[in-house]
Amino acid sequence: MRKKSGIVKFFKRNAVAYIFLAPWLLGFFVLTVYPMGYSLWLSFTNYDFTQPDATQWIGLGNYLKMFGPVFGLSEFSASTGEVMRTDPYFLKSLSVTLTYVFVSVPLKLIIALAVAMLLNQKLGGVSFYRAVYYIPTLLGGSVAIAVLWRKLFEKDGLVNGLLGAIGFTNLPSWITNPDYALWTLVLLSVWQFGSSMIIFLAGLKQIPEEYYEAASMDGATKVRQFFSITIPLLSPVILFNLVMQMISAFQAFTQAYIIGGGRGGVLNSTLFYSLHLYIQGWTYHEMGYASAMAWVLLLIIGLVVAIVFRTSKLWVSYGAGD
Amino acid sequence: MKTKTVVRHTLTHGFIIVLGLAMIYPILWMIVSSFKPNNMIFSDPGIIPKAVTIENYISGWKGYAGVSFGKFFANSTLMCIGAVVGNLITCTMAAYAFSRLEFAGKSFWFAVMMVTLMLPSHVTTVPRYIMFNTLGWVGSYLPIIVPKFLATDAFFVFLLVQFMRSLPKELEEAAIIDGCSKFGVFFRIIIPLTTPALVTTALFTFLWTWDDFFNQLLYLTNPKIFTISRALRTFVGDAGSVSNWGGALAMSTLSVIPLFILFFALQKYFVQGISTTGIKG
Repeated sequence: MRKKSGIVKFFKRNAVAYIFLAPWLLGFFVLTVYPMGYSLWLSFTNYDFTQPDATQWIGLGNYLKMFGPVFGLSEFSASTGEVMRTDPYFLKSLSVTLTYVFVSVPLKLIIALAVAMLLNQKLGGVSFYRAVYYIPTLLGGSVAIAVLWRKLFEKDGLVNGLLGAIGFTNLPSWITNPDYALWTLVLLSVWQFGSSMIIFLAGLKQIPEEYYEAASMDGATKVRQFFSITIPLLSPVILFNLVMQMISAFQAFTQAYIIGGGRGGVLNSTLFYSLHLYIQGWTYHEMGYASAMAWVLLLIIGLVVAIVFRTSKLWVSYGAGD
Repeated sequence: MKTKTVVRHTLTHGFIIVLGLAMIYPILWMIVSSFKPNNMIFSDPGIIPKAVTIENYISGWKGYAGVSFGKFFANSTLMCIGAVVGNLITCTMAAYAFSRLEFAGKSFWFAVMMVTLMLPSHVTTVPRYIMFNTLGWVGSYLPIIVPKFLATDAFFVFLLVQFMRSLPKELEEAAIIDGCSKFGVFFRIIIPLTTPALVTTALFTFLWTWDDFFNQLLYLTNPKIFTISRALRTFVGDAGSVSNWGGALAMSTLSVIPLFILFFALQKYFVQGISTTGIKG
């Protein structure tokens, strides 16, 4: 009797919470867990969207297709006996994306921190300036800005117009030159430092003024104060920004798609990983291969984030401040 | 000493203003250029137009495949409203459970939710597409809106959890003593007190859905249901060439106006949203 009422009680205690949690739980299973399992299975098949009935298990075929060129393979025989060609552009897309992530994210964070410190002085008008600096972030992800960016960096675009006005001649078309195209996208990303800046600004506000006062009484220079007070106390915020910005940079798609007109640009110089995945999956209907690419991306992001967290013990300090 | 500070502050202000202008120069140029005759956009890097025309707006507004930009605007707005409603209902429900209720498995599910926050969307993209295609949803807004009704935007669940956790426990306890149920507490106490975070959620959902391109590219396959993002892409030809630059810049300018209005009307909520999730994360 007592036990039964215990069960009823247990049920009663949890039922309400699970009712509130129900939509999220349903979404988690139907739109995350099941698709992940499904895509893992797909990644070992040659699933073609236009002929799903012809799907065959090809073992590690898709993964060999990606990494075969590392071992100098241009073709190999899959477990079905069929000869498969390796993907000549996969490694290119990986290196384009890694370059993009490892250049744009640190640059963006450094600029965000510098501007945040500039605005953190008792100046007045900070909320207005903050708004102005946030505008590129507000608009930057849109197709509109990607279209504009193309216009800015074309042969006869705004940038060359301005450079020409101050005497430069023989300027290239930045967007169609394989040496520069990726850097215009890096610039577009760095330009959107607004949300990192706002996060840093909020973090800086939490550092007590007294720390700086005490340090300057002890004769510490501004540079010394920056490295001994600001950076350590801000380090959890820096870590958070670093991780979130890297995860989203790995998945960048829209800007590269628009600037390349749906392709990877001249000599695939802006063939982002996501763009390559989209082209494989939706232009060529090779969704088995696209799924395998998605899993490799997940592993790469997981690995990079794990490394960042591991090394963060060396430079992130918790609890010293508040 | 005093004058020195004034000089230093003036210099800093000056520097911030110049840098800020340089930052938004491309956007100013886009707005101004959208009023320039097509042949002058190319030659003129300045932001004071030598001639003004609304020709670009007329040619751009015609849209794509006989569907005008008026329709695209309406489509985008409706889709975004659907997404906002979905997120407001279900993310709030999940956040209430995580922040104010005790239940078996709470810390496990919360950890799971935090992992999905960092999960790259690509691992689910292909299967979701196949599922939605099987259901006959490709070519409609359902693949974009339905996930919002299942609280898949973990970011907002997290944001609301952070906010709800900071509310005082006493209010809730008092209400329960007065005979209020958990549902009553949710509707009468938590929801009203959470309003600022709800505004932030609505705002960012609207913004990100408006700006998102990938899902709209995948699922909106018919010009009649094209949204702004999807329609702007039609100005860019294969391999990236654009024939009607004037129209492209004019419609790009129009497309960001709603974002500007929302931003300047609700700036406070932007800052709150960005900094609360950032700091506590």
